[in-house]
Amino acid sequence: MTDTSVLNVRDLRAHYVLSAFGINRSVSAVDTVSFSIGRNEIYGLAGESSSGKTTLIRTIAGAIRPPLRILSGTIEFDFAGKRIAMQAATQNDLAAIRWKHLSYVMQGSMSVLNPVRRVRHSFVDFAHRHIGGTIPDFLNTVRAHIERLDLAPRVLNSYPHELSGGMRQRVAIALATICRPDFIIADEPTTALDVVVQKSVLAMIRSVQREIGSSMLFVTHDLSVHANLTDRLGIMYAGRIVEEAPTAELFRNPLHPYTRHLVASLPRIGVVPPVTTDLAGRPPSLADPPSGCRFHPRCPLAMPICADQPPSLRTVANGHRVACFAVGGAA
Amino acid sequence: MTELLEVANVYRTFRGGGLLGRRVIRAVDDVSFSIDAGRPEIFTIIGESGSGKTTLSRMILAMVRPTAGTIRFKGNDVAAIAGRRDRLAFMQCVQPIFQNPFEAFNPLKRLDRYLFVTAERFAGAGNRNAAETQADRALHQVGLSLTEVRRRYPHELSGGQLQRIAIARALISSPMLIVADEPVSMVDASLRMSIVTLFRTLRDTLGVSIIYITHDLATAYTISDRIIIMRHGSVVESGDARAVLDAPKHPYSILLKSAILSPDLGNPPCAQSP
Amino acid sequence: MHRTILDLLRTNHAFTAGVVLLAIVIVIALLSFVSPYPPNDAYVVPPDVPPCWAYPLGTNSRGQDVFWQLSVGIRNTLAFGITVAAISRCLALAIGMTAGYAGGMIDRVLMSVNDTFIVIPLFPILVLFYFVMRDRMSWALLALVMACLGWAYDARLIRSVALSLRTREFTETAIFSGMTMPQVLLREHLPFVLPIVFSTTMNNINWSIGMEVTLSVLGFTDINTPTIGVMLYWANQHTAMVAGIWWWIAAPVALVVITFLGLFLLAVSMNEFIDPRSRLNRVRG
Repeated sequence: MTDTSVLNVRDLRAHYVLSAFGINRSVSAVDTVSFSIGRNEIYGLAGESSSGKTTLIRTIAGAIRPPLRILSGTIEFDFAGKRIAMQAATQNDLAAIRWKHLSYVMQGSMSVLNPVRRVRHSFVDFAHRHIGGTIPDFLNTVRAHIERLDLAPRVLNSYPHELSGGMRQRVAIALATICRPDFIIADEPTTALDVVVQKSVLAMIRSVQREIGSSMLFVTHDLSVHANLTDRLGIMYAGRIVEEAPTAELFRNPLHPYTRHLVASLPRIGVVPPVTTDLAGRPPSLADPPSGCRFHPRCPLAMPICADQPPSLRTVANGHRVACFAVGGAA
Repeated sequence: MTELLEVANVYRTFRGGGLLGRRVIRAVDDVSFSIDAGRPEIFTIIGESGSGKTTLSRMILAMVRPTAGTIRFKGNDVAAIAGRRDRLAFMQCVQPIFQNPFEAFNPLKRLDRYLFVTAERFAGAGNRNAAETQADRALHQVGLSLTEVRRRYPHELSGGQLQRIAIARALISSPMLIVADEPVSMVDASLRMSIVTLFRTLRDTLGVSIIYITHDLATAYTISDRIIIMRHGSVVESGDARAVLDAPKHPYSILLKSAILSPDLGNPPCAQSP
Repeated sequence: MHRTILDLLRTNHAFTAGVVLLAIVIVIALLSFVSPYPPNDAYVVPPDVPPCWAYPLGTNSRGQDVFWQLSVGIRNTLAFGITVAAISRCLALAIGMTAGYAGGMIDRVLMSVNDTFIVIPLFPILVLFYFVMRDRMSWALLALVMACLGWAYDARLIRSVALSLRTREFTETAIFSGMTMPQVLLREHLPFVLPIVFSTTMNNINWSIGMEVTLSVLGFTDINTPTIGVMLYWANQHTAMVAGIWWWIAAPVALVVITFLGLFLLAVSMNEFIDPRSRLNRVRG
């Protein structure tokens, strides 16, 4: 599996260490996370807020600045033979791969598009140095790319605020894919969009990914989006991955109690559920997480061993991993 | 006077544009509906951004005046509310729940304070003990207790809990109508359903009518009695919730329904959690 | 709270420097209460003596010990500056927050008044005030007048914060909880506004001290009360520079510069502390 994987994360532990104005605190945001993403694959990462997924994205994207520190573990990219270890990458290394091999689509597209310049200038700023050629030739390439994605070429001459939210997000996706990168990180790209727009933007993401063949790490808390887009899906809870499986398999047969709760609490048209029982408690504070399995205070299947040791992610079926003593077997 | 809330041909326009061009934006364009007093119900307004649903909710809450048309609450024109006493009487009966649970409370202040002030002002609590009792009772109705909330700041709690506290605060005055503007859109997906079904419980046990504003058809299906779908300020379809959502007629409603992402990939839904 | 201040002292050098400088100034000001000479008496010591062991800062041409004069002077100057800042803060807060919250006509009227006050040239007005009041001039009156002229700039700043606070949802929660407008302003909005008020206070003290020194040097205040500016006035009257009595001018100038620096450093470091982003930049991993 590692031969064909584009991203390989092994035993990653990343903390925020805060020591200022008399307060010392260490927030264990990512704790012993291991997973890999293959070529031409959309890998989904689901989790609530404070599950650590934002920190995980930051470390994978190389945005590692104090107070965020990587304590141990490796993050390795393999871009068609060109390897890079993110945890030790210098600014030069990052600049070499950014946008050409690794790009991102974030939730607020305004943070990518310069609000005081026309859209085509953003394309020039980001991508021209990688694609090269004269500016007019480059812009022709951009225009062809935009048209292939069913966007009107006139968006290139617009300012970001003249476009609707959905349009801006589509432009951001075009911008992220213009260099045909090997890997795209998408952080809640459709969460702020209306339902109708969300569906078309997701369709655009799927078609552009198929066309370029890049791998994608798609992070969102919305399981319905995962169900309709991703090939494999990992569930994060309190800084750890608790279950991972091909998407269809995960929805058909969720094993971890947290995953089961998530899948059962999805609203569906045509189905009126009885009064749902909530999980007791709330996601733990990552500054002071529970011992052993971090889910055990809320778990209906908790056993004495769950408070002592953290369960490791074990394969129980083809491609289906789960971290639970009750359903996954002993550590 | 059997009508709790009557919205009659309400318009709200905003003037945009600068000196050289005046644009008129019709945020709400001839909307009418009414809610019965005798029968508590959950009335859902579905719309995407720009549909006018937030402007409509602010008019119902007497925060904004309609440009034309009337909104009557218990027979009295809402736009005519002036003076502190009238306003207090209105707020006793109509309470809001806002979209962003993290913004609904002052981040620099403790949460329990809002509950106590509401109890003193609207529930006739004479002293601190009475206020605490009222607050505790309201919190129990939403599945929390005062001990969990006492002396806490907003950043110490999750979005779901904060929204529950907001609902509890709204319940302290024993209102007849609660206007909830996108109450779960900023809450994590796994916590949404429990809050949404809480509305159903409030309607059944406390007899509170709830105007539930959302863009999410799936949660609307679960709890709504009646539904209207808004687009660009006007109502495109209305009627009984299940009927409209099972078989929408207007092209926009059909488009909305088709855009819902279903988690069922053609597979039977999984078994319930143990 | 203690730990915060100690931590600030340890890590933020600007804060430490500001505290040290201000401590020096305050100690000297407090020493004025144990001055062996009544402040207004002249010819109590030999005049024009350069700094030496007996008189650490020398004596001036009026036969007064420069050091003790200085301590009384800085005390009066500081008291003046703080009074002006306090009164004008209250004015700026009241007007700014009311205008920001109420909006509409009240806001426009208040802001028109505000802008008028910003545009008024302060110095000519104060000179005019002196000429009108002349013998009935007193420090309290001067402080009041300056406070009434010094609130306008910051009122606008506070108003813009109040404006943004009014549209935040917790304001509406407070309203629907039954709070009155004064309650909302005092209990909900004031904590957001206070950090700004604090840093503008430092600036305001600096500004009013500067004004006082300017007016006194030119003789447009009550020159019988020793302040920093009045010391310089008398030094000019006795042509101290020409006569070579440099310590009479150097001492008050040096001390007022130290005061300015101390206040400025405090304001800058407190600003950094209050702004969360710069706080994070200083975190040691």
